[in-house]
Amino acid sequence: MEEKIKVKEKFNIPVTILLFLGLITIAFPLYMTIVIAFKQPSEMTNSISGILSLPKHWSFSNFAEAMRVTDFWRSLLNSVLITAVTVVLSVVLHSMIGYAVGRNKARKKWYNLVYMYVVSGMFVPFAILMMPLVKQTAQMGIANIFGVILCYVVFYMPMNLMLYSGYLVNIPIALEEAARIDGATTFRTFWKVIFPIMKPMHATVAVITALSVWNDVMTPLVIMSGSGINTLPLAQMSFQTQFGTNYNLAFASYLLALLPILIFYIVCQKQILNGVVNGAVK
Amino acid sequence: MKKMNNKERTFALMTIPILILFFAFNTLPLIKGFVYSFTNFKGYGTYDYVGLRNYMDLFTDGRVGNSYLFTIKFAILTTIVVNVISLILALALNSKIKFKSALRGAYFIPNILGALVVGYIFNYFFTYIVPAVIDMMGGKGTSILASTKWAWIAIVIVCAWQAVAMNTIIYISGLQTVPEDVYEAGAIDGATGWQRFKHLTFPLIIPFFSINMVLCVKNFLMVFDQIVALTKGGPAQSTESISYLIYNNGMSGGQFGFQSANAVLFFIIIVLFSVAQLTITGKKEEQL
Repeated sequence: MEEKIKVKEKFNIPVTILLFLGLITIAFPLYMTIVIAFKQPSEMTNSISGILSLPKHWSFSNFAEAMRVTDFWRSLLNSVLITAVTVVLSVVLHSMIGYAVGRNKARKKWYNLVYMYVVSGMFVPFAILMMPLVKQTAQMGIANIFGVILCYVVFYMPMNLMLYSGYLVNIPIALEEAARIDGATTFRTFWKVIFPIMKPMHATVAVITALSVWNDVMTPLVIMSGSGINTLPLAQMSFQTQFGTNYNLAFASYLLALLPILIFYIVCQKQILNGVVNGAVK
Repeated sequence: MKKMNNKERTFALMTIPILILFFAFNTLPLIKGFVYSFTNFKGYGTYDYVGLRNYMDLFTDGRVGNSYLFTIKFAILTTIVVNVISLILALALNSKIKFKSALRGAYFIPNILGALVVGYIFNYFFTYIVPAVIDMMGGKGTSILASTKWAWIAIVIVCAWQAVAMNTIIYISGLQTVPEDVYEAGAIDGATGWQRFKHLTFPLIIPFFSINMVLCVKNFLMVFDQIVALTKGGPAQSTESISYLIYNNGMSGGQFGFQSANAVLFFIIIVLFSVAQLTITGKKEEQL
């Protein structure tokens, strides 16, 4: 038995090597982005080596210029604001409706209907909501960041309701009964007992919602079109004409747009991977 | 009894306001879209109800037909490519390799990056790098993004590059649910390699296979960002996805009513695809 375990622990070196070689497909586009972002247009001859060689001087001038042209800090702030507020609202509101619906849908038809109604919203493509939503948000005077956030809170509700009410099955109802005997109201029970216990699901919901919102283009594109308000990805689109054929400037801007999420991923890789897997598999 | 009522009321209060919000920004625009689909609304000015004319026109409009053909062709090919690659990658990343968690982490990177920016980066790659490599090898390199025949393959590649990351992670979590003794029992029966995968591993991860299929088909049918960044629907509208066409012609092309009808049709197709997939994979799971 001892020996068998030892044999099993042997590493599969050929597969490891193949996997490292495969990483080139991921590393190459990123490498290309970095070297082009640091170069000057004069270094970009039309040959491969001109484009892909390391820059002669690592200059940050492209980045300074890109920040100025795309109003980087403003776009970053908008992206952070939209993502953060959406995540907070989603965690609070979706866990609340998830609790109310999840606890009652087995006993009450009405709550089961609410569940089916909201969850079936998952099949509604944005394409069909897009045009009416543009009219609607304009009429309501919220063709701005606030309107975009409201849309997101609604768009991610079906998925998050499913996640929260699914997670509730693991929480024994005895906990709530105990709280009630102690005189806590239903809302207090939710806020003080259930909400903290749902913490692992909050992490999952926060990660999935944040990643989707941060990278989304279509919603802010249509809702805030003409308002001049940019998010980080949207700015890359809005300033395509300003970049022109100055690819060094464009790539510096792309790199700046990718950097926040890359840093976030490096810092919280484990939480992100867990969150994404939980969200998809549950 | 009083207490009971209080509890009911609180639950209702927790549900109804959020439900109203959902109605206002999901169901209401859905209904409006449906209503607009029976009008000749341009997006501005006045409009008349035209009955089913938009729907009849949908089936004779060449541009709409092409966008459906392209989108469905694209979604099917990308789904196959992504699932084959991610299954192989997941098997490799789940085997006894060195630097396992670092490798898994690295292979997931494409998934967290924004599709639009990734698209712009690949746009440059297909426009300048690939032709230059072909030139170097003695060929005459042109950008595949400029070819009506091949531009869609570029979109497949870019979408696959990102989607493989997600599907791999889901397959890995599936592979981890396969108990080791299943393999040991299989080894006694002499199952190795492909046999082992076909008869032992794959049947056990079918639920994860269905998740991936549903995720893939739905996401790829709705493809938008990559189209904006790579081709803008060109050349000659050969890569115009349904979402892109609805966005482009509905928002600024004066076809608000007509594209609403297109969106309704698109919605029905998404529902049909999802229901069909869930039934097929549901049956497969039952058989086990």
